[in-house]
Amino acid sequence: MELKEKLLSSFMAFEEKIDVHSELHDVRTTAIKNFENKGFPTKKEEAWKYTSLNSILKNDYSVFPKRDNSIEFKDVKKFFIHEIDTYKVIFVDGIFSSFLSATTHDGLDVCLMSSALNKPKYKIIIDEYFNKIASKDESLTSLNTAFANEGAYVNIPKSKVVDKPIEIIYFSTGSEAALLVQPRNLVIVGENAHVQIIERHQSLNENPVLTNSVTEIFAQKRAVVDYYKIQNDNLEANLIDNTFVSQKQNSIVSVNTFSFGGNLTRNNLNFYHFGEGIVSHLNGITIIGEKQHVDHYTLVQHATPNCESHQDYKGIFSDRSTGVFNGKIFVEKEAQKTNAFQKSNNILLSDKATINAKPQLEIFADDVKCSHGCTIGQLDETAMFYMQSRGIPKKEAKALLMYAFSNAVIESIKIPELKQRITKIIATKLGVKMGFDL
Amino acid sequence: MLSIKNLHASIGDKEILRGINIEVNAGEVHAIMGPNGSGKSTLSAVIAGNENYEVTDGSVVLDGEDLADLAPEERAHRGVFLSFQYPVEIPGVSVTNFMRTAINETRKAQGKDEMPANEMLKFIREKSELLEIDRKFLSRSLNEGFSGGEKKRNEIFQMAMLEPKLAILDETDSGLDIDALRIVANGVNKLKSKDNAVIVITHYQRLLDYIVPDFVHVLLDGKIVKSGGKELAYELEEKGYDWIKAEN
Repeated sequence: MELKEKLLSSFMAFEEKIDVHSELHDVRTTAIKNFENKGFPTKKEEAWKYTSLNSILKNDYSVFPKRDNSIEFKDVKKFFIHEIDTYKVIFVDGIFSSFLSATTHDGLDVCLMSSALNKPKYKIIIDEYFNKIASKDESLTSLNTAFANEGAYVNIPKSKVVDKPIEIIYFSTGSEAALLVQPRNLVIVGENAHVQIIERHQSLNENPVLTNSVTEIFAQKRAVVDYYKIQNDNLEANLIDNTFVSQKQNSIVSVNTFSFGGNLTRNNLNFYHFGEGIVSHLNGITIIGEKQHVDHYTLVQHATPNCESHQDYKGIFSDRSTGVFNGKIFVEKEAQKTNAFQKSNNILLSDKATINAKPQLEIFADDVKCSHGCTIGQLDETAMFYMQSRGIPKKEAKALLMYAFSNAVIESIKIPELKQRITKIIATKLGVKMGFDL
Repeated sequence: MLSIKNLHASIGDKEILRGINIEVNAGEVHAIMGPNGSGKSTLSAVIAGNENYEVTDGSVVLDGEDLADLAPEERAHRGVFLSFQYPVEIPGVSVTNFMRTAINETRKAQGKDEMPANEMLKFIREKSELLEIDRKFLSRSLNEGFSGGEKKRNEIFQMAMLEPKLAILDETDSGLDIDALRIVANGVNKLKSKDNAVIVITHYQRLLDYIVPDFVHVLLDGKIVKSGGKELAYELEEKGYDWIKAEN
């Protein structure tokens, strides 16, 4: 049976299992109908022109994972930022692992989506935020909404500066021959509150996984949110990340995406502005090889005056890897004095690697500063010779140049231990034993 | 120390060096002078191992070892240093960290341990003072936004750090004002010893007032057409390259 049919026929069983009378029944029903009508996106759609899901949809995915796939902390420790204390919301094959998690309700909520969706005390918040900024139109987001039941729920009250980062990790054990997981995260950050969140998806063996994740982030007035996505999964893992950010006035939200692993990764990252003085940062480093594919599809919707958005994406592509950067900036008529900047810099290390970079600016206001720049280049040979002539071997010189190339984005990481970790992943990725530590 | 014999080198189909012969001994300073396009920079690039040039004949031998099959970094590990005419800007890599990487990679290749961090800092401070380099400068991205003079001073600072056996200064005087020229020359002179050698490549005699050569060679159309003592530089300054051209 095709995956689409399988999902459609599982839907009723899914609703029966969780609670067909749930408040969300209508939301789910609308969503599954949208998915039924649209199906999985194909390359015929402009937004999916360079990314084909065909090959990954062929696997016979389990859509309801079995329970009780426990894993030992020592086996997965390396995937945590274990050097520091963090809140943790951890899932194993889509199921919450209380054993690996460190949740809290003490002055802030860092817990489970399933509790938030089902417990009456969260009803007001769920009614106000759940599925409010996520697309109702996009078929994969609808698919996630239809089956949304588990994920991380983070609610930071007004003026709370969260004392330590929150780690959200989805492990797949590979106990299923092929697994589809659809995490649903909701992050609400109150006025003047600050939070740092690290999200990671990690397979623990080579069985294929398809993750179709949706995250909604609401930043209230003057809230500061630093969100980090570590995408360093194995070569059988596929990730479709749909992230929707809603910002109120004077809030600052940064989403930093580090794409090093996985077979196919698609990042749909959407920012919506509701208020003045908003700052949005979208940063990305992509370093891939073999036949890996990473597609960044960003949207910043400037709807209000005096806001800023900064997009800075660096990509390094070797072997037969392929990259896509499609960055859309939309400036509405009311959004005067907008500053919207976009950069996509790419290096191709092989003749067979490709990058498709496409900026899309739609500007309806007249007093704005918008810029975009895409560069695609090779490694600077003069710089290589210069470094080699100082005694730095070719491989290390190359790594140093690559690191320097990504440095602006690495510098934006505000958690030192995470910065170290990313640096180390980059060194491993580039095949050198270097501290960089520039 | 360095023995260049019948060196021919081309870029693409174009032959630039057409049979160069030079012998450089430890403790000597050699100047190579010549008009634009005579092959001066090519000669320095070929000695340093730039792979854009193809050596079609002849040899470059350092301390008895033919450099032909050695990569640029391997030549550096054996003590060859090239001060670039146009130092390359490397955004995102600070001067300090670039030097630390260069020194530790060289030590690694020589079978030594990495230099301890405090020793490295002390070493960097000492050498930067020699070149009158501001401390703030060291944390800036390598050569990025540096003035011409700053770039050249930085080259000699790197030379001081790496303590090469054979230093080739390619047009180090170009873009320098007189004060910077003095600082650079003073740095080079302090680094000179009986165990190392310097090749100064220049268009003008000016730098040679400060770094006094033992030998001067005139390069024309890829060949050394005249060699002599330091007086030759003055003669060239006075009579111009046309005088040599006329003789040949």
